[in-house]
Amino acid sequence: MCLAIPGQVVEFHADQPALVKVDVAGVRRNVNVGLLEDGELVLGDWVLIHVGFALSKVSEADAHEQLRMLRAMGEDELAIEEVRGYSFADDGERR
Amino acid sequence: MRRPSCGSKKKRVLETGPAPGAVAPRRARFNDAQIEMSHGAGGKASRRLVEGLIAPAFANPILAALSDAATFSLGGRRVATSADGYVVRPLRFPGGSIGELAVNGTVNDLAVSGARATALMASFILEAGLPSDVLRAEVEAMAAAAARAGVPIVGGDTKVVEHGLCDGMYISTFGVGEVDERLALDPRSVRPGDKVLLSGPIGDHGITILLARGELDLEANLRSDTRSVWPFVEALLEVCPAGLRWMRDPTRGGVATALNELARDSGLGILLREEDIPLRREVRGACEVLGLDPLHIANEGQVIAIVAADDADRALDAVRSVTGGEGACLIGEVRADHAGTVVGITLYGGTRAIDMLVGDPLPRIC
Amino acid sequence: MTMKYVDEFRDPALITAVAQEIARTVDPARHYRIMEVCGGHTHAIYRHGLHDVLPGNVELVHGPGCPVCVLPTGRVDDGLAIAAQPNVVLACFGDMMRVPGTKGTPLELKARGADIRMVYSPLDALKMAQDNPRTHVCFFAIGFETTAPSTALTLLRARELGVRNFSVFSNHVTIVPAMRAILDSPDMRLDGFVGPGHVSSIIGCRPFEFVAQHYGKPVVVAGFEPLDLLEGILMVLRQLRDGESKVENQYRRIVPWEGNHAALRALATVFELRPYFEWRGLGFISQSALKLKSDFAPWDSEVQFEVPGVRVTDPRAAQCGEILKGVLKPPQCKLFGKECNPEHPVGALMVSSEGACAAYYRYASTELRVEEEARA
Repeated sequence: MCLAIPGQVVEFHADQPALVKVDVAGVRRNVNVGLLEDGELVLGDWVLIHVGFALSKVSEADAHEQLRMLRAMGEDELAIEEVRGYSFADDGERR
Repeated sequence: MRRPSCGSKKKRVLETGPAPGAVAPRRARFNDAQIEMSHGAGGKASRRLVEGLIAPAFANPILAALSDAATFSLGGRRVATSADGYVVRPLRFPGGSIGELAVNGTVNDLAVSGARATALMASFILEAGLPSDVLRAEVEAMAAAAARAGVPIVGGDTKVVEHGLCDGMYISTFGVGEVDERLALDPRSVRPGDKVLLSGPIGDHGITILLARGELDLEANLRSDTRSVWPFVEALLEVCPAGLRWMRDPTRGGVATALNELARDSGLGILLREEDIPLRREVRGACEVLGLDPLHIANEGQVIAIVAADDADRALDAVRSVTGGEGACLIGEVRADHAGTVVGITLYGGTRAIDMLVGDPLPRIC
Repeated sequence: MTMKYVDEFRDPALITAVAQEIARTVDPARHYRIMEVCGGHTHAIYRHGLHDVLPGNVELVHGPGCPVCVLPTGRVDDGLAIAAQPNVVLACFGDMMRVPGTKGTPLELKARGADIRMVYSPLDALKMAQDNPRTHVCFFAIGFETTAPSTALTLLRARELGVRNFSVFSNHVTIVPAMRAILDSPDMRLDGFVGPGHVSSIIGCRPFEFVAQHYGKPVVVAGFEPLDLLEGILMVLRQLRDGESKVENQYRRIVPWEGNHAALRALATVFELRPYFEWRGLGFISQSALKLKSDFAPWDSEVQFEVPGVRVTDPRAAQCGEILKGVLKPPQCKLFGKECNPEHPVGALMVSSEGACAAYYRYASTELRVEEEARA
C-alpha cells in the first residue's frame, strides 16, 4: 500500500500555516503538514507526500549514510573480486 | 486478408501472411451490457467494442485491417481516409485546444498511414448557450492548425443540441489523402530485428489535460504536444521508405496500447528499453505522484515507427533533423520471442510485461 | 533529469552490488520464503523486474498489505448503497473505482448515473462538501495506518470548521493483526518478512517486535525503491544466515523507530478499534480495523446512513485467500488470467494495481507466468 513520494518544500503560506507548497520534479502541490511536529520545516527541506499530506521529513543524513554504506559494499566486492583473482593465479585453485 | 490491388506501376508486392513462428491474433468478443467510459479510453475495452460489435456489423475487407486510416483504391490510386471525434474537457489547455486536436488528430492518422492529408472536413456538435467567442476561438485555432499542416478544411456540418448536453462542443474531423506508393505499411511486414523509433517525449498531452481539469490541484509547466506529425513521416519517407514497416500515432492508451496492438497483429514480441524512452521531468514527476505509467498516457504529436534494422540509424537522424524531432529515440526492437506481448527491460536488466490499458489511467494512492 | 531521494535508490551499480551480496549470502542448498507484507512492495518488485535480480532460491511471497484487496465485497456494496442515496456524492480514491461490488464497480455505477467522484486526498472531499452545501459528501476511506492519519486530520478539520454535510465511511485496517493471522496459519511456511515502510513511518518499528520475539522470524522494515527492497531482503537473509531474529529498519531516512507521534495522536483522537472486521481471504480478525469514535458520530457515514451490511462471500473457485496468505502464487489460481483478469476481476486481487494478481498480470513476463503455473 501507500504510494508516497519525496517532494521539496518551496513555499510557505502565511495565511494557512497548515499548508505548504511542495515540488516533485517540477510538479507542485499544496500539502498539509499537520502530521509533522511543529516548527519542523524550513524551505528546501524534503518531505514524504501521501494523499495530500506530508507524513515525514526525509533525513538527508540517513539517506547519505545508507548510500555511503552501500557504495562501500560495492567497493568491498571489487576488492574481494581482486583478491579472488590473486588466489587463482597463486596456487591455481579456485576460491 | 489480401490488400485490394491498386494498379499503380510502382506497386510493391506485399508478403502476405504473418512472419514465421508468429502467433495468430485472437479477435475480441463484446458481451458488455452497457457502454462504459472505458470503451472510449483506447485500451482493451475499446478494442473489444470495435472488434466485437462495430466491425462485425460493417464487415468488409477494407475495415478488417482496423488501422488508424482505411486504405482502398480509387481510380487507380491508393487513398487513405480517417475519422476522429474530440470530446476533450477542458476545451482549452496549455499547448492547444479541442479544435487543434481535431485537425492534427486526423492529419496524423493519415500521416501514419503514409498519406499526406489532402482535405479535411469538420463536423460540430454545439451546446445551446455556448458563447460565440468560444466557438470563434476554436474555429480560428482549427484554421491555424490546418494552415500549419498545409491542408484545407473543405466542408462539414453543424448541429446544436440542448443546453446540458455535449460539454460545450464536440468536434469530429474526417480527412483524405493519397498513400505514398513506395509504402507497404502492415503489421505482417514487421520482422524480428526491426527497430522501434519514437519521435519524442511521451505523456505531455495526457498529463497536461489531467492537470488542466483542476481536480488534482497539481501545477506544472507542461503543454500538450499536439501538432502535425507529417514532417516526421516525410523525413522517414525520404530516407527509408522500403524499410518502413508500420507506424502509429500513440494517442489514447499511449505507447503501450499501440505497441500491444502491433504485437498482437504481427504475432511477434516487442522489447522496449526503459532507459531509452524519452520523458520530460514534469511528466515523470506527475506520474510518480499519481501512480501512473507514462507508457499509458495519451500523446497528440508523436509517431512510433517500426523500421528495418539497417535503416534505423538513418531514420533516427532524419527525424531528429526535423524541427520538433530533436528528442527522437530508438527505444527497442521487435523479437520472435515474447510473441504477442510487449516487454520492458528495466534499468537493472530485469524484465516486466507492458500491458495494454484496460480503461482510462486512474491516479492511485496505494 | 533526476528526482532526488528516488534516483539514488534506483542506481543500477548499487543494485548490482546488493544483488551480488545477496547471491553471496544465501546458502545454495536452502530455499528461502520471504513475505513482502505491503502491496506497494509487490508492485515495486514487478515494476522494476527485481525478481530477475534475485537468486532462484529466494522466493518472494506476496502478503495481504493491499487495503483494496482485503476489503470484502459487502463493504463495497455498503459504500455504493450510500452513493445511491439522494443528494449524496461518494468520493473515493482512484484505487477504488474498479473494485467490484455485487452490482458493479463504482465506475460502472457512475456510468449508470450515480454521483461518484474520484479524489486524490480526503481534504479534496472535504472541500467538495464546503463548495456544495446542498449535497452530502461521503468519503470512502481505505488504507492502512499510512493513510488513516490523513483521514483523521481531515475529520478534525471538518469538526473545527463545522462542516456538517461531510462524513467518512471508514474501512481503515491495521497491519499487525493480519500478520499475526498469517503467522498463526498452519500452512504458513515463511522465513522472514520485509516490513511495510510507509505504515512504519506512522507506527514505527516496535509493533513488529512480536514477530521476531514470539515467532522467531526476522522483520526488516524497508522502503519502496529498488535499492531499498533489495537491501531489505539482504538484511533478512543475513539474519537468517546468522540465526538471528530481530526487527531492523532499512528505511531510516523516513521511518522513525518510535513512529510519528503527531499522527498516532490524531489516530487516537478520532478512531477506535472495531472488535472485529472481516478481511477478504483471511476471515474475521479481531481488533484489526478502525471506526470513528462516538464523538465523531455526526461525521460517521455508518451512523448517518443505513447500510445493508450484508456479508458477501467470494466465489469458491477464487483462491484470493490462499494467495493473500502466501500459500499460492497468482498463476496457481485456476481462474488467473482466464475468468479473472484486470478487465473482469473475480477477486479484488486482480483489480487493485498492487494486488498480487494484478501486479503479476501487469508486470510478470509471460515466461515467468508459465514457469509458475508449471510449478502448481
